[in-house]
Amino acid sequence: MMARLIENVAQLFLLLALAPLVTGVIRTLKARMQTRRGPGILQPYRDLGKLFGKGMVVPETASWIFAATPWVVFFSTVLAGLMIPMVAADAPLGLFGGVLAVIYLLGLGRFFLALSGLDSGSSFGGLGSSREMTISALAEPAMMMAIFTVAIGAGSTGLTEIAGAAIGQQWRFLAPAQMFAFAALVLVLIAETGRIPVDNPATHLELTMIHEAMILEYSGPYLALIEWAASIKQLVLMTLLINCFWPFGLQPTWFGLGAMEGIGWLLAKLLLLSCSIVLLETVNAKMRLFRVPELLAVAFTLGSLALVSTFLF
Amino acid sequence: MTELFLSGIVVWLAGAMASLALWRQPSAARRVGCGTALGGSLLVLVGSAAAIFSGSSAGISLPFGNPVFSWAIRLDPLSAYFNVTLAALAAAVSLYSFGYLRAMEGRRNLGAFGFFFNLLLLSLALVFSASNAFFFLVAWEVMALMSYCLISFEHEKKGTRNAGVLFLIMSHAGTGLLLIAFLVLASASGSLDFSSFHLLASRLTPLQQGTVFLLFLFGFGVKAGLVPVHIWLPKAHPVAPSNVSALMSGIVIKTGIYGMARVFFDFYGPPPLWMGTLVLGLGVASALLGVLYALMENDLKRLLAWSSIENIGIILMGFGAALMFRSLGYANLAALALIAALYHTFNHTMFKGLLFLGAGSVVQATHTRNMERMGGLIRHMPVTALCFLVGAVAISGLPPLNGFVSEWLTYQALLAGFGTTHSLTRLMFPIAGSLLALTAALAAACFVKAFAIPFLALPRSEEAADAQEVSFPMRTGMAVLALGCVALGLGATWFVRVFDPITQQALGVRASSALVTARGLALSPGTAHGGTISTVGIALFFLLAGAAFALPLAMRWRRRSVSGPAWDCGLPGLTDDNEYTATAFSKPLRMIFSALYRPRREIQAEYEVSPYYPSAIRFESEIEPTFEKHLYDPLRQWIMAVANRMKGIQAGSINLYLAYIFITLILLLLFGVRA
Repeated sequence: MMARLIENVAQLFLLLALAPLVTGVIRTLKARMQTRRGPGILQPYRDLGKLFGKGMVVPETASWIFAATPWVVFFSTVLAGLMIPMVAADAPLGLFGGVLAVIYLLGLGRFFLALSGLDSGSSFGGLGSSREMTISALAEPAMMMAIFTVAIGAGSTGLTEIAGAAIGQQWRFLAPAQMFAFAALVLVLIAETGRIPVDNPATHLELTMIHEAMILEYSGPYLALIEWAASIKQLVLMTLLINCFWPFGLQPTWFGLGAMEGIGWLLAKLLLLSCSIVLLETVNAKMRLFRVPELLAVAFTLGSLALVSTFLF
Repeated sequence: MTELFLSGIVVWLAGAMASLALWRQPSAARRVGCGTALGGSLLVLVGSAAAIFSGSSAGISLPFGNPVFSWAIRLDPLSAYFNVTLAALAAAVSLYSFGYLRAMEGRRNLGAFGFFFNLLLLSLALVFSASNAFFFLVAWEVMALMSYCLISFEHEKKGTRNAGVLFLIMSHAGTGLLLIAFLVLASASGSLDFSSFHLLASRLTPLQQGTVFLLFLFGFGVKAGLVPVHIWLPKAHPVAPSNVSALMSGIVIKTGIYGMARVFFDFYGPPPLWMGTLVLGLGVASALLGVLYALMENDLKRLLAWSSIENIGIILMGFGAALMFRSLGYANLAALALIAALYHTFNHTMFKGLLFLGAGSVVQATHTRNMERMGGLIRHMPVTALCFLVGAVAISGLPPLNGFVSEWLTYQALLAGFGTTHSLTRLMFPIAGSLLALTAALAAACFVKAFAIPFLALPRSEEAADAQEVSFPMRTGMAVLALGCVALGLGATWFVRVFDPITQQALGVRASSALVTARGLALSPGTAHGGTISTVGIALFFLLAGAAFALPLAMRWRRRSVSGPAWDCGLPGLTDDNEYTATAFSKPLRMIFSALYRPRREIQAEYEVSPYYPSAIRFESEIEPTFEKHLYDPLRQWIMAVANRMKGIQAGSINLYLAYIFITLILLLLFGVRA
């Protein structure tokens, strides 16, 4: 019981501390790829600190949904983060839910974000909500196909079991089924975290905004909460991906010196995935909104191929 | 147990008569009608709940009738479960009706309403518990007629009358199919008693088996709103008074589900594989088409009606998987799938009842069903808004409420299905699973729209700006159902035990002890290392985190916050003209799925000086009703053509008609003598 508590606190701390760093690293790497200097990898921490210290403007037209949303989004994302294996193969809150619960908790956050986008009555918010719900709905079948492939391999939707099965066969990610599933999930990750070519996190241009349009009315500490939650969500999805497919360095427990090694492996794997995301973002242009379904159809096809491959190979 | 159940029925019968007798005094008729409905519901609730747990199937037969047409009822676990579902919803709806009907006093005949309402409840309880095919069909017909009367209650509008007639026609077509199916079974068993049908269908020849199965599937499917026999549902449910809509979508369509459960798991033994595959396929189609059409609706109640078709689809996915597992010989997995389906049945009754009651409150406050004329209601109707939000979160399958639990169980059943066979059929399971994921995500989009457009932002009409919170009984009725959604979500590990007697009876296994782990804290799919969820844990996390961080910090930040206008793009102030509309919200999906919707839109601008400054714009947009156009219109034309041909025999001469009667008599006699 006590050990569980310590694990949870440790993972909570890691989630909260690491998430802005990952965002910062991705931004800096991207700047370097574009031969810019970039603001440095610690900029997201400075942004959060500044926002938490500021006052905020709440739209007159908004209801209590506007005030509740940042908390629902933040807590549901953090809870999802505690359900995944990060350093130890054993997910600290694995009892509370597996991969399906993680997806649905992120869905709960999105549901409230979409509500808050419509809450102020500004047309930007509605635009963002409508697009966000559309794209996430279309990403869902591809994600579920890939997850089914992984879960069928492990015989479980519990993430502790999935990571455990992956550790059992470390090189299994080279199997065709796993590679297709991985590719499908990378596309879904891009769509879910609002990255190029689906959405551009660095823009406030009306034609291309999705996530930023939804949260346009937020300022100060509430904006900080939402931005923080967005980085945590990105970290959660990235960790989910790397630990289900590349289980290298996952420790049996959080205790002992092994944990340090586990964190090192985690950071290395995150860096590798970040580099690929940056590469994808740099060589691609933002897609038109109505081209995105095609991208997600590709993801769905990859997911289906993954599933078919599980009993062909 | 049965005594309590029967006394509830008697209370409903007495209430029906009493409110009819009081029709001249609207206020008394309302009180008596709703009071007896509530009292009867509570008696049936307690009686049926006790019957589930006592495990015995108490039967009782009324002293009249004859051996073939006996008036027999039997409260076996399956019947009792559906009666609990009925009574829980009926109690909340009756409470709500105390307030809802008050606005109709003096304008409508509330005595008649009380009569129809109580008789509808009574016939529903009898449908769920009749154990004789003849009696079942009588109750089924009474239910259809009472539903018709209640749907057409506001009959001045042409749309309402048309919807009522469509309902009646489709309902009778369905009953016709059921009648044939029951007669086939009866001729094989020599009796009309359900007990003589037990496992009987599987002893018929394969051709008969298949035919009877299809007859039952579509006969009950009409009532349930199964695609493609669903077209009456989105027309009939919205036009009824909202408390009736709640009953119709909450429980009347579940009679179809009950009928299927009775036939699939009582009359049939392990069925051939194609039956389960067909049910699973139809379930996926219903779920997906239901939610896709729901997304396009701007009529709040019609949106909810389409979403009922979606949820029936989800329930049928569970049934389909259970049937497939049964044919493949996996009793435990069949129990898991059956539990998922029945759990979702109860859940849908709770949240769809709640959402229709909420919609009723909104419609009463704003006098419109069109979401484009609502907005900002959360400020004037806080309780209604909160209850509707609970319903919206629950129906979107989000944790920790009840919809999440049953959808999770459905996923687990589908996931387990992949390993049960080596034929290509097993691809059905993950494909169904990913389409269920699509359905659930689209449902979330749909209910963002259904909550946000009416309740949030600025009012879009004067009626919406002047809306008032509804009366206390109406708020109580909604709150009861909202609490039901929370309880069914958090109490999942307790609630699954209810299914033990049902799965024991249907499949011979008790699954709940395998489903509950971690000392009742978490739910698992019952397979080893299957993964768990704990709705209690999730809820507790939110509560603790909220109390420890959100409340104190929000208090502190409040001091630093100022109120200001929302960004209006530099226009002089934000008005309801700038707001995102319901149509705009679903526009991306309308474009993406345009192959299905075939949208048509027409814009006409009137201008005086230059086309750049229009003085008035008329905008019209609609989507194509696919099934009506491609399936039902040709069918209707064919029927009309045949009817036209048959006009020839009907010449209007009495002598000719007498000759017809005589010939018929002779033929019947010949037939009878030969037999």
